[in-house]
Amino acid sequence: MPSVKIKKHAPENDMTPMVDLAFLILAFFMLATKFKPEDAADVKIPSSVSSDMVPDKDVFTVSVDKDGRAYVAMDNPEFRQVLIENLNKTRNLGLGNREMKAFIDAPSVGVPFAQLKSLLSMTPEQQKAVKQPGIPVNDSLGGELYYWVRDALVAYSGRKLNLCIKADNNTKYPAYKNVLNAFKKNDQNKFLLITAPEDAPVGTPLFVTRQKQVEKK
Amino acid sequence: MASIDTGGDSGGGHGNKPGVKKAKKLSTKVDMTPMVDLGFLLITFFIFTTTTALPTAMKLYLPKDVDKPEEQNKVKESGAFTILLGANDNVYYYEGLDPTQLKATNFKGIRDEILRKKKSTNPEDLVMIIKPSEEATYKNTVDILDEMTIAEIKRYAMVDISPDEYSLVKATEAANK
Repeated sequence: MPSVKIKKHAPENDMTPMVDLAFLILAFFMLATKFKPEDAADVKIPSSVSSDMVPDKDVFTVSVDKDGRAYVAMDNPEFRQVLIENLNKTRNLGLGNREMKAFIDAPSVGVPFAQLKSLLSMTPEQQKAVKQPGIPVNDSLGGELYYWVRDALVAYSGRKLNLCIKADNNTKYPAYKNVLNAFKKNDQNKFLLITAPEDAPVGTPLFVTRQKQVEKK
Repeated sequence: MASIDTGGDSGGGHGNKPGVKKAKKLSTKVDMTPMVDLGFLLITFFIFTTTTALPTAMKLYLPKDVDKPEEQNKVKESGAFTILLGANDNVYYYEGLDPTQLKATNFKGIRDEILRKKKSTNPEDLVMIIKPSEEATYKNTVDILDEMTIAEIKRYAMVDISPDEYSLVKATEAANK
């Protein structure tokens, strides 16, 4: 009897849809990813019900870690250059072009003016390794932070600069009150506190208002 | 494996004419495994690095420092509600202008008190005064400002604690230990 030969197929399955999907997801994540800017301060931010987004440009951020050390960061390199040139002149920092260039590339800075030159003459790797002592803000005038804020405002010269404060959960009140003072002495009374998002608790007036807004839409 | 149909065995219309040499058909299959490997590697990388919850910003408007007392805003006694932030997430509050009426609570209890005060007071008179003490943390301050947003309190102010109030808070803290 002639036996029927069954044609053997290799157990292949078509991967094309899976690959398509995988690359779609990859493309999504590539576009959606926004890399965290490096920060000298280790700050765990509290959460709030606020729904406003942090503006993504023209931001001047003062970070305060849990021991009250203050760090400044500014996002726009153009204005960072103006800021450091101003500071160099008004505070006699004695920075050369190399150090100023280093400041423009540095993510955030948290040293007293006296140590700024030595910090900026290090390579970025060395800067990361060194523990920055924070900008002095101890007195009621805002300490050296006052000058940072002043010259940042000068650099922006009337254009809108978003003043952000990013403090750690466990920062004590006097530490960030001094930071607020540094801003207030510059006649700045509007701030953005950077927080993590959180939902409004159920049953509260805010919750009711937000429900209504959703229903309207 | 993903494959591309070469159309080799079906639909070959022309017959095998003698003399015409048939070109040897090479497989057009490409091994996609390394590409897929790399794709998934990148996916994992981006999933881990992506920051899903973008930070939000809480607006804080502080009043200008006014030196002359006559320029400062007056608060009606019936509408004043003062919240003091103590150490270890403790919250103290009093109604009116008399600090000796101090009552102790915590962040869970203060919401009900705020809402109760809001209900029982004329909205135009209601002013919440927030006074963080030296032991209060930044989280406490943000939380209490958040409570203002949650309860939709329109008028509130953040001011420094007075020495009298501070000693009262200290005394209450010591008594509650």
